[in-house]
Amino acid sequence: MNPITLLAQLGRVVLTALAALGRLSMFAGGTLTHMLRPPFYPREFFSALLNIGWLSIPVVGLTAVFTGGALALQIYSGGARFNAEAVVPQIVAIGIVRELGPVLVGLMIAARVTSSIAAEIATMKVTEQIDALVTLSTHPMKYLVAPRVAAALITVPLLVAVGDIIGIAGGYVVATENLGFNSAAYIKNTVDFLEFNDMMSSLVKGCAFGGIAATMGCYYGMQSGRGAQGVGAATKSSVEAAAILILAANFVLTGMFFSL
Amino acid sequence: MIHMQNVHKAFGDNRVLRGMDLHIPKGTSMVIIGGSGTGKSVALKSVLGLIKPDSGTILVDGKPSDSGDRDAFLARFGMLFQGGALFDSLPVWQNVAFRLLRGSLKRPEAEAREIAIEKLRRVGLKADVADRLPAELSGGMQKRVGLARAIAAEPEIIFFDEPTTGLDPIMSGVINDLIREIVVEMGATAMTITHDMSSVRAIADNVAMLHDGVIQWTGPVADMDASGDPYLDQFIHGRAEGPIEAVR
Repeated sequence: MNPITLLAQLGRVVLTALAALGRLSMFAGGTLTHMLRPPFYPREFFSALLNIGWLSIPVVGLTAVFTGGALALQIYSGGARFNAEAVVPQIVAIGIVRELGPVLVGLMIAARVTSSIAAEIATMKVTEQIDALVTLSTHPMKYLVAPRVAAALITVPLLVAVGDIIGIAGGYVVATENLGFNSAAYIKNTVDFLEFNDMMSSLVKGCAFGGIAATMGCYYGMQSGRGAQGVGAATKSSVEAAAILILAANFVLTGMFFSL
Repeated sequence: MIHMQNVHKAFGDNRVLRGMDLHIPKGTSMVIIGGSGTGKSVALKSVLGLIKPDSGTILVDGKPSDSGDRDAFLARFGMLFQGGALFDSLPVWQNVAFRLLRGSLKRPEAEAREIAIEKLRRVGLKADVADRLPAELSGGMQKRVGLARAIAAEPEIIFFDEPTTGLDPIMSGVINDLIREIVVEMGATAMTITHDMSSVRAIADNVAMLHDGVIQWTGPVADMDASGDPYLDQFIHGRAEGPIEAVR
């Protein structure tokens, strides 16, 4: 291939990526200003709190409990190779709180909440409900986007905290019931080992992941193309983008917390 | 009241409006007709600011539609969307009273509900419909709810986007008659886009034919049949032969 053509194609890809990044940044900035400036829509906000927070507890709880249990088994089995089976409580606690809890909750929220927000808003767009909102003097960013993102910023850290507790509990059940650990010693080791920074990193990650998940759902929903295909594409793209950005943000935030 | 002057709008290479001029006097009902994809919806949405024209001027009461207080501007309008565009998550009465439950026109909830039920009655729906969700209603009932929502805040200007699409002829007649009654009763200025000729005859004071991005003919509905305009003649008689290219 001609090097000039190759360069031109590369340039087009870079420009497209930068334009997408610019649009996304403007959308996120707009969301932030709409969250802070009245009018506010408390009914929409509380409805989003319920949908994103309360109704996600079962899926978050099940994910956490199975992960905690499996982690305890893995650490016990791996630790046995160098006579370190006793570290199960500490590694389960740190693994869940610092890494698996926030990431798995973030990904479950991306699957459950991002997809649902994107599909709902995209459907509203293709059925002209967004245009109807505008003609009824209601800004779609204020009415649809700001309440959902604000609710996710509040509820996802709480979900992460719930996931952390349930995940540790899963490890505890497996360790005490199957692996012969003493119940009181397991709890004491877990509590003694965890530090304030571990929990803080978990909650900060939860907040960031919640913001990413809801913003991606809203962004792709608002950008949706026409018809069922447009709704499907918006939903798929929103989950892909949210999952990738959550994993990338996790890497960056982990690096930041390690450097503290 | 509404003046569109030399309005252009393109989507990529597709030049939809190519210098559209239109005048709708206050208190009259203008129906814009034209084939599918000729830009009728684009013209209507441009007036509301839902689509930004590439060039040209749109004046409402002599003021540019894109200047001044946007909320106050939109508060003067009501719109019936083609598919109803009712909010799925809200019961019917909250759809109708949407504008009365928030923003500058906010009223107490009980009063807003009362107004919603009164508007539902005005469009021929019973009060028991108020607490149903839009998905539980037939297409005709959804159109009526959309109409009730459009008139709930007593707007000065009402837009109707394909008001009879998807309805059977009897229900189309009912909706056309309702629109005409309501527009006359409220003294509102109306702009309707349709390709249903029975709607044109029932609703219009004046008719404009949009083709190739410009208004090919405009005049009183009474002059429509004897216009002598080949585009309008072909359209109103539904002929395949004529200056408008029919894709087979």
